[in-house]
Amino acid sequence: MSEQNQHLEALQDIRQMMQRSSRFISLSGLSGIAAGIWALVGAFFAYDWITEYYNGYNSRGNFSGPEFGRLQWKLFLLAAAVLGLALLSAFYFTWQRTKKTKSALWNHTSRQLTINVAIPLAAGGLYVLAMLQHNEWRFIVPASLVFYGLALVNGSKYTLSDIRYLGFSEIVLGLAATQFIGYGLYFWAVGFGVLHIIYGFIMWWKNERKPALVK
Amino acid sequence: MALNNPISGLNKIFDNRIRLGVMSSLMVNDEISFNDLKGLLEVTDGNLATHLQTLEESGFLKVHKGFIGRKTNTTYSITRAGEKAFKDHLGGLEKMIQGIK
Repeated sequence: MSEQNQHLEALQDIRQMMQRSSRFISLSGLSGIAAGIWALVGAFFAYDWITEYYNGYNSRGNFSGPEFGRLQWKLFLLAAAVLGLALLSAFYFTWQRTKKTKSALWNHTSRQLTINVAIPLAAGGLYVLAMLQHNEWRFIVPASLVFYGLALVNGSKYTLSDIRYLGFSEIVLGLAATQFIGYGLYFWAVGFGVLHIIYGFIMWWKNERKPALVK
Repeated sequence: MALNNPISGLNKIFDNRIRLGVMSSLMVNDEISFNDLKGLLEVTDGNLATHLQTLEESGFLKVHKGFIGRKTNTTYSITRAGEKAFKDHLGGLEKMIQGIK
């Protein structure tokens, strides 16, 4: 009888080791929720500024180059600030989580995850910058969402499987956004805000709600 | 002493938890460094080194000695023989559990 238990234990060990060595499972759902909230705050400011710009445009009755340039810069800096804050809080909550699960933040699996997410993301970032360079604003939101989705799908092999579905959702949303030019900000808010909050909550609910099981 | 082991495939070498852990993680990764294995298995340098040596001598894993800057970076990967032995061992465990049921 105890021999059977011993074998079952060995199988559980194997399974646990295979998972722990190939997937970074300490990714916190709270990271997603925090990133989503920053994105929504950013979208709110962007909406405000864009409305203000159009009000100015309408009352003036003509296009003002400097005004438009200023708006562009403000939006660009806003996007960078949102990205920075989102990354920082994602990092913080995941760091807290690794302390709870007593695993390393920077190890074999988190390295694999980072590299595999970074490749499509860096390509996408450069692509979007090139579009800005050519004053092509219409496809920035669709491209950001599609590249971000691809990055998540690519990285999902090395972390929680929910990330894969978040990636698919971002890709579909990005492609849909190509058909609704002019509503970019709404798509952006849904993709980077709402989806992050939903998936972050699902991940938190599934993995973190109960105290982590002690192995 | 085991009276008679009805099922072949179970490998004595994998009776040890650390050796089993090393093999499990190498099954799903192309290669892993010594330090990553150490962190994963939560063992001391000396302990891990001994077990790795046993596995290497059995021909179950390959060792690559490299450098990152001036620091040595030793990585390990599984051999064909290692993969086969591990799969046989898994099959053996499965049969044992089914057999006892």
